Amino acid sequence: MIRVEVESKVQGSKEILRDVRFQVDQGEVLAILGPSGIGKSTLLRICAGIDRRFQGRVERPERLAMVFQEPVLLPWRSAVDNLTLTVKGLTREAALAALARVGLADRAEAYPRQLSLGQQRRVALARAFRAQPDVLLLDEPFASLDRASAEDMIALTEALIAETRPAILFVTHSEAEAARLATRIIRLSGQPATLDSTSVPPVPPGAPPSPTAMETAP
Amino acid sequence: MKTGRGLYPAAIKVLSVVGLLVAWVVGAALTRDPMLLPQPWVLFPLFKAELLSGVLPVNLWATLVRVVWAFVLAMGVGGILGYAMGRWEKVNRWLDPWLVVFLNLPALVLIVLCYLWIGLNETAAVLAVTLNKVPSVATVIREGARARDPDLEAMAQVFRMSAFRRIRHVVLPQLAPFIVAAARSGMAVIWKIVLVVEFLGRSNGVGFQIHLYFQQFDVAMVLVYALSFVAVMLAVEWAVLQPFERRVRVWRGT
Repeated sequence: MIRVEVESKVQGSKEILRDVRFQVDQGEVLAILGPSGIGKSTLLRICAGIDRRFQGRVERPERLAMVFQEPVLLPWRSAVDNLTLTVKGLTREAALAALARVGLADRAEAYPRQLSLGQQRRVALARAFRAQPDVLLLDEPFASLDRASAEDMIALTEALIAETRPAILFVTHSEAEAARLATRIIRLSGQPATLDSTSVPPVPPGAPPSPTAMETAP
Repeated sequence: MKTGRGLYPAAIKVLSVVGLLVAWVVGAALTRDPMLLPQPWVLFPLFKAELLSGVLPVNLWATLVRVVWAFVLAMGVGGILGYAMGRWEKVNRWLDPWLVVFLNLPALVLIVLCYLWIGLNETAAVLAVTLNKVPSVATVIREGARARDPDLEAMAQVFRMSAFRRIRHVVLPQLAPFIVAAARSGMAVIWKIVLVVEFLGRSNGVGFQIHLYFQQFDVAMVLVYALSFVAVMLAVEWAVLQPFERRVRVWRGT
């Protein structure tokens, strides 16, 4: 689904990423773990095609969606308009249904500034899933939420993944989030950041993808 | 102490305007020469006669049409230039010196040169006003283009929003406060320059009429024309610019 080969990424005079190669297939959830500031977001921006100044290549499908670290909504358009204007060919009814799915049925006409951060994040999540992407990129989507709303968001994300099953690339600094959502985890470390060779083997996702899934209990 | 925005500020506004009127009346009384400074009430019959004869409306209209043309052209050209300069540093490096030159060129010089090069016609008049205003519009819009949110553009790119939707729903709303600012200062300056342009080389319009009565040393008629057009421009401000500004601000939830 998406194949990434970053030979080198330089920012200013500093090399941030070197020899980062991986692939994510449909139904897979790949978590990229690493401390903050290591270059995870940069890597995700390269995957999304936002950042094209790097050496290497990325094969990505046409249909791509992303949940950014901030909600990144159009503040001058209502929640429902944020969906219909951004997602190609989405009708108003479908957008309302998508908002209802993330628990915002009664907030469809609100402007983003009138929503809490957790609600804005849910609009962003609805937008990304409703784009029905082949590849979905998630950049720390649960950061800076309080424990309860983060838990809600994770559960919601899990459910949406199970419904739509795109290939997911998920960047986080939290081991717990990665362990919970990912079917496979890779780690970035060092300077410039490279892939850790000791990547964890596949862990079973929420819904068993194959009969060979095994328990990861030590 | 009174707080909030009750009657108080409004009362002050009214008192302030009344004060100006009183100063006028006192000044006129002290001058004791209606040729030099007539009393305000002397203007009303003159205004009425000019209005009914149709001369005033025709000239107001001529000036208003020039103002609208120059305004639309200056906002369009200045807006596109300013956006390009704020968006691409290379464009900015090339055009910034031009901007500095044109910002510092006196309006009068541009007007005279336009008339000399193009002739005493409508094109020269509107072009002279437009050229005077393009640089300042470009400067304001450039700031807006620089202040745009890169995250929103990344989002628009990832979701492959169409060019039309990007401009309409991502770019323009970000520029809106800057467009409003440019429009307000633009409107204020443009109509004053239009009067000068008419004064120097047109055969109708408020500026031309003022030129006419200036030669006849008719202060009363100069004031009738000047105040009539001030009224028209205030009406534009209240009827067009302020409602637009309010609409642009709705989403801020203030």
